[in-house]
Formats: sequence, structure tokens, C-alpha cells
Amino acid sequence: MTTFLTRRAALFAAATCAATLGLTAIAEAQTSIKIGYAISRTGPNTGGAAVTTIPNYELWVKEVNAAGGIKLGDKRVPIEVVQYDDRSNAEEAVRALERLINQDKVDFILPPWGTGLNLAVGPTLNREGYPHIAATAVTDRAPELAKRWPNSFWMLGTSGDAAKTLVDLLSKLRDEKKIGDTVAMVSIADGFGIDLSTAARPALTNAKFKLAYDKSYPIGTQDLAPIINEVKALNPDVFIAFSYPPDTLALTEQSRIAGLNPKVFYTGVGTAFPLYRQKFGKNTEGVMGIGGWSGDSPAIKDYLARHKASAANGAEPDRWASAVTYASLQMLQQAIERVGKIDRAAVIKDLQTGTFETVIGKVKLENNMPTRYWWVGQWQDGEFYGIAPAKNEGARAAIVPKPAWVAP
Amino acid sequence: MSARVAGFGFLALAAIALLALVPRLGNAYYLALAISLLQYTVLATAWGMFSGPTRYVSLATTAFFGVGAYTVAVLGEILPWPLVLLIAAALGAVVAAIVGLSTLRLSGVYFVIFTFGLTELIRQLVVWFEVNKSRVLGRYVFVDITQADIYWQLLGLAAAVFLLGWLIARSRLGFALRVIGEDETVAKHCGINTTFAKVALFTISATVMTLVGAIMAPRWTYIEPSIAFNSMISFQVLIMALLGGAHRLWGPVLGAVPLTLLFELLSARFPNTFTIILGCIFLLIVYMLPRGVAGLFEKRSTTPGGKTTQRVAA
Repeated sequence: MTTFLTRRAALFAAATCAATLGLTAIAEAQTSIKIGYAISRTGPNTGGAAVTTIPNYELWVKEVNAAGGIKLGDKRVPIEVVQYDDRSNAEEAVRALERLINQDKVDFILPPWGTGLNLAVGPTLNREGYPHIAATAVTDRAPELAKRWPNSFWMLGTSGDAAKTLVDLLSKLRDEKKIGDTVAMVSIADGFGIDLSTAARPALTNAKFKLAYDKSYPIGTQDLAPIINEVKALNPDVFIAFSYPPDTLALTEQSRIAGLNPKVFYTGVGTAFPLYRQKFGKNTEGVMGIGGWSGDSPAIKDYLARHKASAANGAEPDRWASAVTYASLQMLQQAIERVGKIDRAAVIKDLQTGTFETVIGKVKLENNMPTRYWWVGQWQDGEFYGIAPAKNEGARAAIVPKPAWVAP
Repeated sequence: MSARVAGFGFLALAAIALLALVPRLGNAYYLALAISLLQYTVLATAWGMFSGPTRYVSLATTAFFGVGAYTVAVLGEILPWPLVLLIAAALGAVVAAIVGLSTLRLSGVYFVIFTFGLTELIRQLVVWFEVNKSRVLGRYVFVDITQADIYWQLLGLAAAVFLLGWLIARSRLGFALRVIGEDETVAKHCGINTTFAKVALFTISATVMTLVGAIMAPRWTYIEPSIAFNSMISFQVLIMALLGGAHRLWGPVLGAVPLTLLFELLSARFPNTFTIILGCIFLLIVYMLPRGVAGLFEKRSTTPGGKTTQRVAA
């Protein structure tokens, strides 16, 4: 041997071999889990992302890393985050994800905020085989999408279901002689308002409600006083607004000023925001809205406290998609830990079939969608409790009629 | 055809053949970046085709891009793909002709403001129709088109645009437009039908923009007015064409390529300060390169008294 190789060369060769082996060993043992996300930090989606999504991602990463990381086999590895701004733009969101997958080579991806962006990134995540747990998308095509993209999970349900649950609740209240049958409905002329009003219109008519008022207003409408005054003149039993946060606040304020106080007062996205209580205080009592949670459950109470402690200036989560977002992160973690290694196909399989312990209770998906949702919530004593569907665990009884507005 | 033109044509063909191989690299990220580069190259070149010679600054890029995207959203699942593209192109051309006939009498800042308003007008019309008639807002596009298909279509369109631009520049129409750009009154006195010339080129340029929108639409699966009519596109295309130099056919490419790469680099490295850095870069471009990158090349290649390139930029 030494005739062919000098001693130094042999040593060098041996060292190289050892180093190579060592490197392979390091590469095989995962030292961290890379998790990437692109989220709207600028543009029109910023508000929603800042309330519902970003604080939960940050809370979850902080908690998991404080506990040593995600358990892979018999050891824990910390989470390493790579994140971008999608600028509320579909093209930007798709490209950011392609960058995360191909350049940053992340192990898992957390979804963007909102229905539009979740749909935009759906095909990419499907093609690359990453689990896609959409926690902030409400779409009627969810069951069809779940079939088309078996890696996608639609945690917030369909708008058809939302409208149906609301109408069922109203029918029950009418049967109990708590309300009459005149309904006034307004909706914002944007995805959410159109979907829900389109689903609610036939549901109300089928349930023999009298739809006395049915109008939509353009996004960005500043003066909603004319609508409220017209509705007040009709003196309806039920007021429904499928609205977005800015107009949810404006409609409520205007109703208080005009003294529109129907037996059921329901507003859309934003009713479940902590901001709503900050603004209206005692006047929130009895207001219904989309979303809700089991405010009495110890898991939710604990989550609320942790969220407040972690978020910048003690911000509270909203009472609808926040807890669902956090639950979806817990599900991802439990699925990874059960699989025990970075095997995305196996993680997707586990998400499809497994049962998960989360802050919103036990979750078991069917056809990639949860079986229980909170569709109607109501402010009762400063907390936004889920009231429908009534069969959900922790559902409270509705306070009807709504108490009168008080002077602020 | 001179030997120089033949040689140039051969080089262009070789470049296209080489570029057509990009999807074979098998890296989805590079493909996405290449799609982005091509998209802005075509948009900026189409923008420069009209706005370069006539010096009408148009902010209507988004309007046509959105019309194309929405055509796909409505018809994509119903009709075969080539037919959808054809209808999109026809729609874009009709809208452009109507808009052109009614507005190209405006000039200067009035035209700029009108074209900006046009995007909003079309967007609101679409919203109104969807809200009151079809009662859906946000459509789904499930068509069987891969990223590589999108890339190849854009590459084909880019080749067509350059060929078209080259032909127009050598035609009577191109000459007429240059005269209009120098002085519209003089052009009229020379007997040039200025309205026809302007509307014709505006329509051609808009048709190309509409096609880009249609080709890009399958990338997003979900289309709603705020996605299709995103006015950022108008501004990005404008700044790209100005950086490159809109008075040359190949000028806008010199702006589109570096700026697309820069946007990409900035959003990857500085996701949180992207907008601030972008603003500073725009200021720099306007102050340092008033005639664009193409202007830099020209300064070197002309003699001090060369009048051909001493025109004042719009």
C-alpha cells in the first residue's frame, strides 16, 4: 500500500473518508425543522393577517421551541422559520411559496391569510406534496377542492353552511315565539357578502321568512346611515348584515345612533374581533355575528391567556378563526410527531385519518374538513360565545330579544 | 433582406430556442422567475410600442391585463384553450378601440388620469355585473395548463411582439407615429391621419396586454376583481419601460429584466422594508437615468453632433 501512497496522502484520504461519513451522519439526523410561510404584511389583507394569523404563528413557534421543539422519534428539534411578505398579491404568494420550496427547501409550509390567497397557492402546494391546512378560507367549493387536492384541509367550512345555520337558528327562535318573521338583510358587494347572501336568500324564503329588505353596498362605502334609516322604517324583527370589519363597525355605530334595535341584530366579519368590544363596550350585549367559540372551555381560556401574554401589547385573538388557526398548527405538530420524521406524504395521511387534541376540542377530519363549526356567536357579558349549531359542545342559549342600546 | 438583418434574425431564433429549454431545468422556482421575467418583458415592450413613439403615458395596462384574466375566469372551463385566447384578444382589441377612439384626443396629464380611471371603471363594471347579475364574486379557473405551458405561451407571445414591433417601426404606421410623437400638429398638416394611427397602435399594444393577462390567469386558480385588476401592474410596467427607455423597441427589456430581478431579490431578502427600498430606487432611476438604460448606450454610440438621438425624452 505504502508503495502507491505516501503516508501523508493516506492520512488525508482517511480523514476525508471520516469527514464525509461524519457529514452524511449529520445530514441524516435532522437538527431543525424548517417551516416557511408567506403572509400579507402589506396591502389590503394586512388587517386580517395581523389579527388572526401572524400572532398565532408566532405564539406557536415560540411555545414549541420553548418546549425544545417538535418531537421526531426520541428527540426534539427546534423550528426554524423562513418568512416572506406576499403583499396581498396572488402572484407574489405563489412565487414566495415556490421560493420557499425550491430555494429555502423548507420542510413544511403554513398557509397565507384569506380565501383568495389560499386558493391561489393550492395548486402549488398540491403539486409539491406539502400539507395545506387552510384555516382562514371560507368557500362553498371546499368539499370539491378537498377532493381535487387531497393534501388540502378546509378548516372554516362553507358559506352555504354558515347561512343555513343562521336561518335554522332564526326558525327555532320563531317557533319559540321569540321573534316574528320580518327580516332585513344587507350585504357587502364582495366575495363574502355575495356568497352568504346568495345562500341565505333561498334559505330564508324556504323557511317562510318575509325578506322585507335586501340590498348590497359597495366595498369601501363610508356612509351607511341611509341603509340603517331605511331598515329602521321597516321595523324588522331580524337585522342581518353580511359585512366586513370596517362596515361591521359602521353599521353597529349607526344602528345605535338611529335606535335600530331589532330582536336579533347580526353582523358579519369583525363582530368576533376584540376591537368590536373595545369600541362598543356594554353595547355589544346581545349582538350576534359570524363565528364564536366555546368561551367556557378551560382549553380556550388557557389559549386566550397565552395569546394575550405572547402577542405585542397584549392583543387578544378574534373569536372565530384565531382559535381554529392555532388548532390547525397543533394538528400539524401532532401529525409530524406521530409520523416521527419529515415524511410529508405520511403527515398528510395522518391529518386525513387521525384524531387531534386541540384548543377547540377533539378534531377528527372527514373528507379533509372538520365536522363541527361555530357559525353564530353572540356577545354575552363581554365574551363572544358560540350559540349555533346548538348541538356543539359548549353552545350557549341565545339572548333574545337583544337588550336596548345604552348611551356610551 | 440585408445580411445584418438575417444575422440578427438567426441570433433571435437561437435565443428563443435556448430560452424554450428553461422548463427543462426542472426547478419550479427558476421557472416561476422566468415566467415573471417574460410577463413583464412582454407587458413593458407592448407598453413601449404605443407610448414610446407617441409619448402618451398610459396607466391602462392593468385594465387590459384584467380583461384577459377575467375572460379566462368566465370562459376557461367551458371553451377550448385556443378559442379562449382568441376571444380574450378580440375583447381586448374592441375595448381598446372604443377607449382609443374616445380618449386619444386627450393629451398630457389628462390622458394619464383617464387611463388610470379606466382600470377602476372596468373593475367596477365587472363587480357590478357579478354582484347583480351572476351573483358570484370570485371565480375558479381549473384548466389543464402547466407552468411550462404558461412559460412557452409567453415566450411565443414575446417573440411575436418583437417581430411585430420591428415590422411596425419599418412601416408607414411607425413613421407616422414618430412624427406624431415629435409634433402632432405638424403631423396633421403633413396629411397623416393621426387618430387612425394612434388608435391602431393603441389597439395592438392593448391586445398583447390582454393576452398576457389571459395566459397568466391559470396560475392563480382563483380570480376576483381585486386580483385581476391590481393597479400595481400598471405602475411597475411604466417604471420598467421608463428605466429601459421606451423610445426603442428593445428598451423596455433592459428595464423589465433588472427590475423584475430586483423586486425578487428585495422581496426575498428584505420582505419587511420592500416598499421603502423600492421607492428610493424609483427616485434614483428618475433622477439618474431620465432617458433610460437605452439612452446610456446611445450616448456612447453617437457622435457629439448626432441629432438623431438628441430628442428630449417625454
